[in-house]
Amino acid sequence: MTPGWELVIGLEVHCELKTSTKLFCGCPNMFGDEPNTNVCPVCLGLPGSLPVINQRAVELAMAIGTALNCEIRPSTFHRKNYFYPDQAKDYQISQYDEPINVNGHLDLPDGSRVGIERAHMEEDTGKTTHAGSSGRIHGSDYSLVDYNRSGVPLVEIVSAPDMRSSAQARAYASELRAVLVASGASDGKMEEGSMRVDANVSVRRSPDDPFGTRCEIKNLNSVRSLGRAIDYEAARQVALLEAGESVIQQTRHWDEDAGRTVTLRSKEEAYDYRYFLEPDLVPLVPDAEWIRAVADTMGPMPAVRRSELIGLLGGPDVVTEAQADQIATVVDLGLDGLVIAAIASGVGSGLALARTANEAATHAEAARHLDPESYVALLTMEAAGELTATQSKTVLAELLAAGGGDPAAIASAKGFEAMSEDSLAAMVAEVVAAHPDEWSRFCDGDDGDRKKLTGFFTGLVMKATRGQADGKAVAAELQRLRG
Amino acid sequence: MTSPRPAYNLANAVRSGARSALDVAEEHLSAIEAGDGGIHAFNLVTADLARQQAMAVDRTVADGGNPGLLAGVPVALKDNLCTRGVPTTCSSRMLAGWCPPYDATVVTRLREAGAVVLGKTNMDEFAMGSSTETSATGPTRNPHDTSRVPGGSSGGSAAAVAAGFAPLALGSDTGGSIRQPAALCGVVGMKPTYGTVSRYGLVAFASSLDQIGPFARTVGDAALLFDVIGGHDPCDSTSLNRPTPRVLSVLDDGVAGLTIGVVTEFLDGAAPDVVARVRAAADALAAAGARVEEVSVPEVRFGLSAYYLIAPGEASSNLARYDGVRYGLRVDAEDTAAMNAATRSTGFGAEVKRRIMLGTYVLSAGYMDAYYNQALRVRTRIIEGFATAYDRYDVLLGPTAPTTAFALGEKTGDPLAMYLSDVCTIPSNLAGHPAISVPFGAGDDGLPVGVQLLGPALSEGTIMKTAAVVEDAAPGLPVSALGVAV
Repeated sequence: MTPGWELVIGLEVHCELKTSTKLFCGCPNMFGDEPNTNVCPVCLGLPGSLPVINQRAVELAMAIGTALNCEIRPSTFHRKNYFYPDQAKDYQISQYDEPINVNGHLDLPDGSRVGIERAHMEEDTGKTTHAGSSGRIHGSDYSLVDYNRSGVPLVEIVSAPDMRSSAQARAYASELRAVLVASGASDGKMEEGSMRVDANVSVRRSPDDPFGTRCEIKNLNSVRSLGRAIDYEAARQVALLEAGESVIQQTRHWDEDAGRTVTLRSKEEAYDYRYFLEPDLVPLVPDAEWIRAVADTMGPMPAVRRSELIGLLGGPDVVTEAQADQIATVVDLGLDGLVIAAIASGVGSGLALARTANEAATHAEAARHLDPESYVALLTMEAAGELTATQSKTVLAELLAAGGGDPAAIASAKGFEAMSEDSLAAMVAEVVAAHPDEWSRFCDGDDGDRKKLTGFFTGLVMKATRGQADGKAVAAELQRLRG
Repeated sequence: MTSPRPAYNLANAVRSGARSALDVAEEHLSAIEAGDGGIHAFNLVTADLARQQAMAVDRTVADGGNPGLLAGVPVALKDNLCTRGVPTTCSSRMLAGWCPPYDATVVTRLREAGAVVLGKTNMDEFAMGSSTETSATGPTRNPHDTSRVPGGSSGGSAAAVAAGFAPLALGSDTGGSIRQPAALCGVVGMKPTYGTVSRYGLVAFASSLDQIGPFARTVGDAALLFDVIGGHDPCDSTSLNRPTPRVLSVLDDGVAGLTIGVVTEFLDGAAPDVVARVRAAADALAAAGARVEEVSVPEVRFGLSAYYLIAPGEASSNLARYDGVRYGLRVDAEDTAAMNAATRSTGFGAEVKRRIMLGTYVLSAGYMDAYYNQALRVRTRIIEGFATAYDRYDVLLGPTAPTTAFALGEKTGDPLAMYLSDVCTIPSNLAGHPAISVPFGAGDDGLPVGVQLLGPALSEGTIMKTAAVVEDAAPGLPVSALGVAV
């Protein structure tokens, strides 16, 4: 941020709820089907149709509220009136002045806390495609509307204007995403639009000043775009103010390719949505028992799960930055159970974390369904030196593909017999004898030479044994021979 | 004393095999063919469908089955009730030819009860009007005097029953749209408690006020039809999930011991001949054992003003969907917004446009609190006023409409005069309460007068047994223009 200025950011995040049906009808909540196949009189807004609230969507909204430490309250729905072809009824049913979740907060990994003003329910719109070269409405010959998304349940999470840097905003988006996934409410995919982030950005000279005029930025399709857009927008506003001009309140569109924000509409063009209480729905009054039942089905949130892993690795003082990243990865992907199971069975915590974050994570979906016992058995074999790292990764791939199995049987089927100490020693002696010059440099050279030549000899042994030797054991044997 | 039940008797005759449902349907189709040219009660007569449904009923009887409570009884449907594959137009150019892909819940319930649907009846466009003159298909005429309006908005359904085209019909009542035409056409019409009849498949005008209800020649038949269409529906979130009053079984219980209040404010604006009929009905109730007093419910005077803010507000939102994008009329233009505007300018008539503009205005930023929200506060006051009255009275009594049927064209140039036709009926919609209009003789012009009985929520049994007493005491009406004795 430009010195002498403070950046103020609030985020509005829309997330699609992972229900099997839509918010107000029984149509499947499915992404990517043939256009206009998951539709009915209700989500097409046909005359005479009426909405009926999806109980599961309410539960997921309450799960989000619980995860974000919100007060869950009796709530109502309003109509937000505006004309748009993908808005089937030309109004959106949304919660307005009485949302289901209010006054929460989200703690970020850096220890900062961001307030959550509200997390309310609403329905999604259909999707318009403009035919023609530009893909935009101007210059298109006609437009096509797909109502499969019409009526898909959304929760909009509105943060307080508590963030002060793009890095903090990115951390908030990442942490919120992890919380949404962990609560089972959403799959949180920004690229696919199941989590959509709009940023309200303003700047001011000092934290004591009132908030500056804000601009809302739309079309942020990744956490990275979010950070870039905020930095661009902050610089734009500072430049305006330093030039003696003023910031105009408006909605701006992030152009990812050009790396800048452009005006979408100004405050004067803002709609008058004519909100009024939706007469086709009744107030939603979840009782304490229902709220508790929802909370009871939820597992611990990512922050708690990360703390548990950090504890298993020896505490925050000994966990390296790389390990902290690995911990965040396994928690985000829901693979912390595998790490915990491995450590509990005596596998070294470093190995358990590394294999899970680096290997299992690349096939996260399969890994979440992997039988933990077979995973633990594999890591135990590797830790005991019965399998080399390379072999272990090969066996893991098989286990993931099959959803489990006996790693010992797979290893033996692949001929991954761990070499006996004797045959390893014989093999090392053989390559040493065949390369006397290198061996003498290994014995008499400096540490750098020795390191290089260890690699040379290990490579030869690996080649001769087709990878079955354990690199660490080869190095140990070389040291032993040198005396 | 038993309220006559011609439709009920007809269903019994069909169930027992004494009459064929197909014969019954043919008789009514013939009456429509002979008489509807001068009335225009129907937008569409579904003769083939009616014959098919009637034959299915006859087959069920022949097979020893029970076709249901309304076995073979012909029913006319207001043209804002969705009928699968059958045009549902709301008497608007906007929906001309639109065929819903689904049946309204009430239509399903009628079919399951063995009723035979004769067709779709004319109405004020999107139910906005009190004379059926705002219909895009032309006005319906009153069977008692074809120079007069039948009332509205459900004028086609009221006229169909009055003319003998159908023994039963369904209408919808947002501010009096069942009761006022029932009064003007000399038939029985009832607006049930809000939430007792599913609105699923009723094309919305003002969602918090709309309610579907029965038209019949007698109180007994209206009770029968209400018993068939009422009850919880999971497709309507405002449908009451509690037992709906069963009316038919209590209809003959009489009014002994009931306390009935004649509402002063309803008498104030009514024509003297109408007031005289209401007082005569009150006397009849007293003679039958009720305690009858005059009562002031001052809050009802504000009903009309509140209604003409709330109903248009909701309508402006409900009718937004007619934008030319998905169904109904589309008038092409250079871009989407222009297409929306051209479609709506062409598709809607003047009264609908007036109410959309009024409703948009009252919900707009800066005006909402002064108009819409103030009207909601008035609505609460009206509910409180009724509650006070119902502490002391079981039933309230008044005229249904201030006058008998007025002449075609008489009020079309003066919307406020037209709106005043509903001054006595609107308060029940704002309160969500049931109310029924029963014919009680004629006015000085020889045209039918209806008296209205009002009760608190879920008091259908009480107001209808009271209505049965009024009906029993009612002077006969002159024979209608079509020769049907009413």
